[in-house]
Amino acid sequence: MNDNTIAKAETYPARIAGKLTMGMPLSEYARGLVTPFNVVCAVILSVGLPLIGLRFLRGLATVTHASNEYPWSILLGWGLFSGVPLSATGYVMATAVYIFGFRKYHPLVRLGVLTGFMGYLFAVIYLLIDIGRPWRIYYPMAVSYGPTSVLFLVAWHVSTYLTVQLLEFSPAILEWLNARRTRKWAILITVAMTIAGVILSTLHQSALGALFLMAPGKLHPLWYSAFIPVFFFISSIYAGLCMVIAVSTVASKYLKDKADESFLGSLDGLTVGLGKAACVGMFVYFTLRIIGVAHEDQWALLSTRYGGWFLVEVLLFVLVPFLVLTAGVKRGSARIVRFGAFHALAGVILTRLNISILMFNWNLPGHFQAIVPPLREVFIVLSIIVLHILIFRWILNRMPVLREDPAYPDSH
Amino acid sequence: MDRKGDGKMELKRRDFLRVAALAAGGAAFLGRPADALASPDLSGWPDRAGMLTDLTECVGCRTCESACNAANGLPAPDVPFDEKSVFDRKRRPTASAYTVVNRYEAKGSANPVYRKVQCNHCEEPSCAAACPVRAYTKTPEGPVLYDKDVCFGCRYCMVACPFYAPAYDYESALEPRVVKCTMCHGRIRAGGIPACAGSCPVGAITFGKRKELLKIARDRIRRFPDRYVEQVYGEYEAGGTGWLYLSGVPFPQLDFPDNLPKKPIVENTKGFLSAVPLVFTLWPALLGLCYAANGNKEEKG
Ligand code: SF4
Ligand code: SF4
Repeated sequence: MNDNTIAKAETYPARIAGKLTMGMPLSEYARGLVTPFNVVCAVILSVGLPLIGLRFLRGLATVTHASNEYPWSILLGWGLFSGVPLSATGYVMATAVYIFGFRKYHPLVRLGVLTGFMGYLFAVIYLLIDIGRPWRIYYPMAVSYGPTSVLFLVAWHVSTYLTVQLLEFSPAILEWLNARRTRKWAILITVAMTIAGVILSTLHQSALGALFLMAPGKLHPLWYSAFIPVFFFISSIYAGLCMVIAVSTVASKYLKDKADESFLGSLDGLTVGLGKAACVGMFVYFTLRIIGVAHEDQWALLSTRYGGWFLVEVLLFVLVPFLVLTAGVKRGSARIVRFGAFHALAGVILTRLNISILMFNWNLPGHFQAIVPPLREVFIVLSIIVLHILIFRWILNRMPVLREDPAYPDSH
Repeated sequence: MDRKGDGKMELKRRDFLRVAALAAGGAAFLGRPADALASPDLSGWPDRAGMLTDLTECVGCRTCESACNAANGLPAPDVPFDEKSVFDRKRRPTASAYTVVNRYEAKGSANPVYRKVQCNHCEEPSCAAACPVRAYTKTPEGPVLYDKDVCFGCRYCMVACPFYAPAYDYESALEPRVVKCTMCHGRIRAGGIPACAGSCPVGAITFGKRKELLKIARDRIRRFPDRYVEQVYGEYEAGGTGWLYLSGVPFPQLDFPDNLPKKPIVENTKGFLSAVPLVFTLWPALLGLCYAANGNKEEKG
């Protein structure tokens, strides 16, 4: 609102400049940028960005561990397979609030939608670095259709869902830009977008798992299951819920001044509520994983080395965080719920990495040497993560996400 | 405020109907592939060509590698084709070699066993089913071909191929291709035979109609039961392959995958893909109901 009063008196370019520097004079804004966190980010980016350039000059071979046997490296294992479930935040929050009518979660909707949008956007960025001819990324949509392919489905859904989420988030952008009339229209399509979003997410979250149905000989039998699509879907629900807890925790800690009372004041209570919903999801997921082993009758495999790793995943990273969350919910402690949520997220990432990298081609000789990512690839991933965080923070700093814009009382 | 709220509701509802209609349209569009998948038709090309490699005949001379290299104008190999040291490690087809021969010291065999590796030209290729831009075609003649002009380099075909056949041009920065054996499709069309089959000095590779080759293979097993294990690799694996193998030692010893389903791998995704139209039609209805049920609560809340 401070912005507003200044803005009225100034010319258009100055107004935009003011928006960008959050109303500070440029020099002051620049000085504010020198923080230890930003310095670390700058260092990582100064190594990682040139490496991305190198990929486009000399090919993937120079920067990743991807090979003829292991076509997908951590660029996708992390960026796509772990990134997409963690971005289920948009559809879980929008469904809860707009479809199921849990109005009290309203303060978290925009954050959820933004987290989801950014997650998908960056999944696409990882893809653009990884695929051979990134400028053809629209080919499945416009040039040549491969409808027997699960990846065809993923391509369609991720791209349309990205658009849907941008529309879902657009009111916040339009409020920031003071574009009242356009915003009114954007608000009107929210429910339609939400429903479209839920359909699309249901399908592509599970489709990411279904991709591996095509690799029955390659994925370890404890991880290969006819239920993979269901596993991916259910875990995306609690991943989304836990991610909202995680992101709101971090935001409330580091961007307190950008949040309003209704956000900060209700956060603990809402965190516990989200934790409760996540518990249900995790319980269903845990049970299904066990049924999965029973269904394919793989009990004997549990006593192998890989079986041990399977138990680590399912017990330490699903059951234990489930118990922590349950304890937190029972005691109504947001603190414990937050611990449980971070733990559960680590579990989701672990499962996805297991399926896409660690347990893929487990039976090839030299498997474990082959999957170690080179330092260059690690730096590329780190620098994309840094960019992700910086852009996220940039938006949270400016747009009404953690707060309602007083100029729009009927808003989100 | 109340009035305005109602108006908003109206519009929202109408929008919702529109989305539902759109979704139903989407379902119709996506319904086609699932239907197409539901009835794989293999009967159309009964005379598909295939190749039979008899591993008991192969002497590891690598003539086929060299013939393939010449026929396809591939770059000169790092190690010359008459050099035996390549057998010290296991190789696989790469962006500059469509086929390679590996040596195995197999149990129960006095002599080393040599195995030729290349794309097996599956009857229902996983690579083709996996490719989101349909860069692969199973040709009427039998070979499975790849089209670099639509490929965008996602490499899902490589993930899906159970035989580790397609290789990728990781060194190329901007125009990488997937590379694999073409069964010399051009030569076959012109009435010839694939370069490797034509060059083999001991006749270990036979080119012919797949169904004839199966007969020959079974016949050999029947006539020389001591010489062969009782399996024609490729007859059923992953739904059957155009390339068939006979061997004197069990196939798993030669790194042939022995954990593949007998039916085409694409069957595994069929159920999933056919559920898609269902989600597209049911979800909007269910979610819409939920929304309608909670709508009043929302307006009040
Ligand atoms: S062997 Fe692999 S690349 Fe060749 S046709 Fe079969 S699935 Fe495709
Ligand atoms: S790499 Fe090319 S051919 Fe292979 S699945 Fe992707 S687009 Fe298709």
